[in-house]
Amino acid sequence: MEVGRSIPRVDAADKVTGRAKYTDDLCPHPVLEAAVLHSTIANGWVKSMDISEAQALPGVVKVLTCFDVPDIQYPTPGHPWSVEAAHQDVADRKLLNRRVRIYGDDIAAVVAEDLITAHRALKLIRVEYEEYPVALEPEGAMAEGFPPIHEEHPDNVLARMDLRTPIRGGEFETVEDVLSSPKFRQFQGHYETQQVQHCHIENPVSFAYMESGRITVVTSTQIPHIVRRVIGQALGIGWGSIRVVKPYIGGGFGNKQEVLYEPLNAWLTTQVGGRCVRLDVSREETFQNTRSRHPISFDVAAAVDEDGTLMARYCKAVSNQGGYASHGNAIVANAVTGYRQLYLDQIGHHAQALTVYTNRPAPGAMRGYGIPQCNFASECFMEDIAREMGLDPLEFRKKNAMPLGYVDPFNGITCHSTALRECIDKGAAYIGWDELREKYKNQTGPVRRGVGMACFSYKTGVYPISLETSSARMVLNQDGTVQLHLGATEIGQGGDTVFSQMAAQAIGIPTEDVHIISFQDTDTAPFDTGAYASRQTYVTGKAIKKVGEEFRAKLLSYAAELFPDADGLTILHRHIADGSGEKLISLADLALNAFYSLEHSVHITAEDTNHCKDNTFAFGCCFAEVEVDIPVGKIKVLRIVNVHDSGRLINPQLAEAQVHGGMSMGLGYALSEEMKFDPKTGRLLNGNLLDYKLPTAMDHPELKALFVETVDPSGPFGNKALGEPPAIPVAPAVRNAVLYATGVAVNSLPMSPQHMVEEFQRGGLI
Amino acid sequence: MIEILRCTVNNKPVEIGIDPRESLADTLRERLGLTSVKKGCEVGECGACTVLVDGEAIDSCIYLSVWAQGKTILTVEGLQDPDGGLSPIQRAFVEEAAVQCGFCTPGIIMSAVEIVGSGKQYTRDELRKLISGHLCRCTGYQNILNAVERAVNEAHKFVGK
Repeated sequence: MEVGRSIPRVDAADKVTGRAKYTDDLCPHPVLEAAVLHSTIANGWVKSMDISEAQALPGVVKVLTCFDVPDIQYPTPGHPWSVEAAHQDVADRKLLNRRVRIYGDDIAAVVAEDLITAHRALKLIRVEYEEYPVALEPEGAMAEGFPPIHEEHPDNVLARMDLRTPIRGGEFETVEDVLSSPKFRQFQGHYETQQVQHCHIENPVSFAYMESGRITVVTSTQIPHIVRRVIGQALGIGWGSIRVVKPYIGGGFGNKQEVLYEPLNAWLTTQVGGRCVRLDVSREETFQNTRSRHPISFDVAAAVDEDGTLMARYCKAVSNQGGYASHGNAIVANAVTGYRQLYLDQIGHHAQALTVYTNRPAPGAMRGYGIPQCNFASECFMEDIAREMGLDPLEFRKKNAMPLGYVDPFNGITCHSTALRECIDKGAAYIGWDELREKYKNQTGPVRRGVGMACFSYKTGVYPISLETSSARMVLNQDGTVQLHLGATEIGQGGDTVFSQMAAQAIGIPTEDVHIISFQDTDTAPFDTGAYASRQTYVTGKAIKKVGEEFRAKLLSYAAELFPDADGLTILHRHIADGSGEKLISLADLALNAFYSLEHSVHITAEDTNHCKDNTFAFGCCFAEVEVDIPVGKIKVLRIVNVHDSGRLINPQLAEAQVHGGMSMGLGYALSEEMKFDPKTGRLLNGNLLDYKLPTAMDHPELKALFVETVDPSGPFGNKALGEPPAIPVAPAVRNAVLYATGVAVNSLPMSPQHMVEEFQRGGLI
Repeated sequence: MIEILRCTVNNKPVEIGIDPRESLADTLRERLGLTSVKKGCEVGECGACTVLVDGEAIDSCIYLSVWAQGKTILTVEGLQDPDGGLSPIQRAFVEEAAVQCGFCTPGIIMSAVEIVGSGKQYTRDELRKLISGHLCRCTGYQNILNAVERAVNEAHKFVGK
């Protein structure tokens, strides 16, 4: 069995020797360097720009401004394109913008012979602005009289959503009736999450040049085929005239599921005669000008019967979209949907979501796509209800959790498999839930301990909200090994390794005999929309399985030509064998025959597309034990465990590593990370890795990852989502542990010492 | 303006022209092709550009190349044995699944070389502190610590014999 083996990553040796090439490692030298001028206001217009001094600086090749760019607005999110206009992404920015919407907006670019000259030239550009007031929060942007950040949306509301599930039972007409009925216990809550950044260690660098009249862009992206399309849209040229190459990439986490500076760089090379231009985005620019995770505020209500059964819930989410639409309303829509799906409402559910333009740097996709936010609201609220009603928080969750066979009333996504309840039991047993709850109840004193938990559900890919398609190509080599070529992308998560294992499994050969082409080149790679939505092991996995089986059938068919009298041909230990298990010919010899036979020469290959029309839910939970030093507001996580049902694990060792990384991101979200802004100017105050508190090795306890493996009937190998889920339940688990320790319910993130001191003062503990 | 830098890089004498304003990271990457030296912040915050200068781990992005005059520099490219085999530290990173996107990996491996080279044994918490100058977003540091711990223990066993 190749699936289920803990083999080392196929790229590990290249990465520990420094041989693995990332975008900037491939950049030719010398190269022209581009640098972007960022606005020093957060809201307004560029009235005029004087570039004469900059243009005159020796070494400057070209200065281009927001007055020079094509008059085309284009969309940036890494969604599959839709041929229906109503489902297309919001096109709300130009390559460089006259209309300034965030502090640091892109308003001009310099191309120079070296970077020092480029940066000197930026300082010589004189800009005259017309300045508007700044709104960093939705309330301010929606206030009467606040200027439209985009003229298409006069009230600064990008989109609204209002969904009511059908009401069950005849007693009530609306969710609101249930939520005001004296028959049930009624609860309300308000929860808020903060803006955080992906902090992949490789910034999103690219270089671009022209060849044969076409533009090539080499870039650090999760979505090469989508980058190609968006460059075409932004420049108003045919998509076939663009070639995008993706080498190894130093982390993405959703930020590189957005088309960031590639269109500008593609345009810049066309403005300097096709010469190669590098656009190296600094860490500070990555914070200010790329994406982040949305701050979302939630108002929730629930009606619960005396047994602890959820009768009806309401959830309203307001998402702070910053200056550009990015993924539009999709993320907050996913948040309220995910909020609804985790638990069943016996009577009904009402969800409202709105996405509001503000003057913050625009958030976009980040590991979990709205679910880390809604999960904080959901799991804090569930804990608060259980505490108020005196219910066992584990039993309360298990009683109401999504059941096997659940079908979403709107999108039809079905729960094909679930081990959520088993995950909860396993996590509780590992942490010693019952003993710790007993041990830590009714504590006093300045330093207290607690234990808490949270659980989640997460869908696998984007069907049916969006297209799910994936293609694969397999090519026989002369030695009987196989080249695997995909449009799916390795971004650090281990995709290439598990894809190789899946191909080997489907063909019937060892993984060592599968050679995956890691770099994507849109000129040659089969079409796939890329790495996002925890989709690739599921969606691309289906394509690999389909093509692997076709490839296997072709090998066996050629073998049948060589051995017409043999029965029950199969592949066994790198050989063609007959039904009795007798080896007839090695795959290497079969391959040589196929290549060079004078009777029938054929290059055995298989290529196909799998249009995936299914989805499934992954589940899991987090348990955390904390120590709280109340006077200084310091929370120390002593022990933590995540337990996941991601279906069958393709590579258990890599799965465990993926969970560690997600838990780490969850701990940063819980305790320290937050993008902070000057409320007057809108300027980001901590856009660097010193002031933005990314966890270091000293900030973490040992991270424990456990699994309950199910075999999902819809998954290509019984597998389902794993990439994003580990980051989801950590923050509410830590919050609930703090609640148990101190009795203080913290309803906003992060739980940093400054914030906790305020909370403890409010709670009367300080 | 060009200055001549003479130093030893990965056990070979090097003599090259450099701009006196340039960082060691840029010299190693762009003039010597040693692209294992990664740049994640260029201000000494992330640790991705760590190399050893005379055996000491430094952030090469904030180390001027002119300071390396006459010194001995080691990068990940210089770690493999003469037959091309992985060093014990590199093997530990592979086998402990301490590598994901791999961008922070060469820098942390160089710190691990310094840690192992000290000949001392460390507690888990001491190792956490010793690698805390490296930021990693993929691994939660868990398997990196396992790999460094393993490399330290293996070296200690070897020395012990």
